[in-house]
Amino acid sequence: MFLEIKDLSVKIENKNILKGLNLNINKGEVHAIMGPNGCGKSTLANVLAGKEDYEILNGKINFKNNDLFDLNIEERAQEGMFLAFQYPVEIPGVNITPFLHSAINSKRKRMNEEEIDNLSFAKLLKSKASDLGINIDMLKRSVNTGFSGGEKKRYEILQMSILNPDLAILDETDSGLDIDALKIVTNGVNKLKTKDNSFLIITHYQKLLDYIKPDYVHVMVNGSIVKSGGSEIAAEIEKDGFQKFQ
Amino acid sequence: MNSETLNTLDSYSKNKYKYGFVTDIDNEKPKKGLNEDTIKFISLKKNEPDWMLEWRLKAFSKWKTMKEPKWANLNFPQIDYQDIYYYSAPKGFEKKPKDLSEVDPKLIETYNKLGIPLEEQKVLAGVAVDVVFDSVSVATTYKGELEKLGIIFCSIGEAIQKHPDLIKKYLGSVIPAGDHSFSALNSAVFTDGSFVYIPEGVKCPMELSTYFRINAENTGQFERTLIIADKGSYVSYLEGCTAPKRDDNQLHAANVELIALEDAEIKYSTVQNWYPGDEDGKGGIYNFVTKRGLCAGKNSKISWTQVETGSAITWKYPSCILKGDNSIGEFYSVAITNNFQQADTGTKMTHIGKNTKSKIISKGISLGKSQNTYRGEVSFLRKADKARNYTQCDSLLVGNKCGAHTVPYIDSKNNTAVIEHEASTSKINEDQLYYCRQRGLSHEEAVSLIVNGFCKQVLQELPMEFAVEAQKLVSISLEGSVG
Repeated sequence: MFLEIKDLSVKIENKNILKGLNLNINKGEVHAIMGPNGCGKSTLANVLAGKEDYEILNGKINFKNNDLFDLNIEERAQEGMFLAFQYPVEIPGVNITPFLHSAINSKRKRMNEEEIDNLSFAKLLKSKASDLGINIDMLKRSVNTGFSGGEKKRYEILQMSILNPDLAILDETDSGLDIDALKIVTNGVNKLKTKDNSFLIITHYQKLLDYIKPDYVHVMVNGSIVKSGGSEIAAEIEKDGFQKFQ
Repeated sequence: MNSETLNTLDSYSKNKYKYGFVTDIDNEKPKKGLNEDTIKFISLKKNEPDWMLEWRLKAFSKWKTMKEPKWANLNFPQIDYQDIYYYSAPKGFEKKPKDLSEVDPKLIETYNKLGIPLEEQKVLAGVAVDVVFDSVSVATTYKGELEKLGIIFCSIGEAIQKHPDLIKKYLGSVIPAGDHSFSALNSAVFTDGSFVYIPEGVKCPMELSTYFRINAENTGQFERTLIIADKGSYVSYLEGCTAPKRDDNQLHAANVELIALEDAEIKYSTVQNWYPGDEDGKGGIYNFVTKRGLCAGKNSKISWTQVETGSAITWKYPSCILKGDNSIGEFYSVAITNNFQQADTGTKMTHIGKNTKSKIISKGISLGKSQNTYRGEVSFLRKADKARNYTQCDSLLVGNKCGAHTVPYIDSKNNTAVIEHEASTSKINEDQLYYCRQRGLSHEEAVSLIVNGFCKQVLQELPMEFAVEAQKLVSISLEGSVG
């Protein structure tokens, strides 16, 4: 099993958010989680990434034959987990090039791969950026600093395509995007998809799923998954909302 | 450091002993303590003319009547001036580490991280003698080339011998000996330092740099630097203290004077990394430095850039006296304190001439249990019409046991002055750390990246090759302090 979440219960500040959640993802699969605001979707994403604010009450997560709870944030990332943030934070004065270069090399180091040199990395970054329609000038700016919402999301996808993760979690990546930006972002995701990597897409609109075809759709309500199926579920939600699942 | 310098260093390091003899001529020390005999001894050893000795003795008599300035936010035991050697030329290597095995491994690790090659590592760790060579080699390497342009670049001792007119005219003209107790002390007992004179209309074609010219434990304490940029000239000067000294609380009281005449520009950069003491606050340098520049002529400019990462105590306020009309003063500073370090640093901008401008960008980073204070004074005298100042002070706190303080003084006697002041204090942002770590960077890498980003505005003012070194230094200073 690639990612196996078993009976996961999580709380934050005395509030139970996830309540006995189960989810299995295999290599090469695209899963979508849909749910109303506050159902725990983003908590799930952050617990997977290792954010330290949460208290794990119960459950197990296995990722690529590791007990996920044995790994800290950066180790999970180096093992191939990538979270595209809903609200990417600004880091003034830090340029994307050294930032991502260090990131990719720390991953390579863990995988016992050779580090990538400055020149090759600069080439890689440029080519990926142009694939995503990102202006070279944007690469000269500080990470996320002064970016529009759409630029930030595109930037997340750029980072994802550079780091080439085994499991990419997209947390509401579609929020705040106009249709053109949505196309660019989803196009980037589709290009990256192979039989060896997996995606977990978190959204509460069906629109994103018009562009990225999920293999499975899960409905999440009140901290657990209440229904799983194919893309027909997304259509159902689009039509009737989340009401009937609650 | 260019390859030529490295080669010179290399050849010297293989002949360590030979060079040791050069300074070995003066292998005596005066008795501990400060009195007229000590000063006479220094002056004699340096073969100084009588007027210089008199100048020193006058400073000494002033010092005797003075008390140390107490207004800084610093805490340290009373300095016993009678328990210090004021002159000590190396007597060979009896007291110094014989080889790397006797040197604190942490020190060696620091150099490795700085990417300083083994030869130089031997030089720096194996004794400062070679570091002396480093700065001398720069001077000798390019001396001929510089001389063709009329540029004088030599030690202050040599300048006293060879250029007495310039020394008499300018030494102490910006920092009077009686300014405060540390300037009086330095004037009385200074032993070495650099002298630079750039003649009218000459743009110095290379960075002039002093990289630890002073060797033994106790001689590095009182250095004196004097830079004069004549009309329409330009010079960029680097002062590197990137090698920590392994000393117990040692007093270092340097004086640096800059004079820019009409249309001249001086850019002065410092990377200060004296030994800061250990994790428990033991040892480290007491760094009481007076740096002051005089924009004497119209349209002149003086720019100070400093990266302060070392010293147990830093007391330092590189200042500009903006006397010439339209003159410009700048101060860019990064001060990082960790463990038990204390820094009280900033600047003084004194606007005297019309249309004078000053700019202050200060970035303070406090970690561990350290205290970091920005102290600045911007004053506009009566005739400083339409003068302007822009000040920006940002403080970054890492952890919750450190302190950041901002103490800006503004004094305006001219109502056409324009003053802008911005200040911020922030804690290192958890969301930024999370973001970086999610991309695979370790906690320490993330902190270093964020702090370097925070300092960028200042670091980019440094000359290219220095900037890289400074960035590495910033990263190293942060280590072991987070988590």
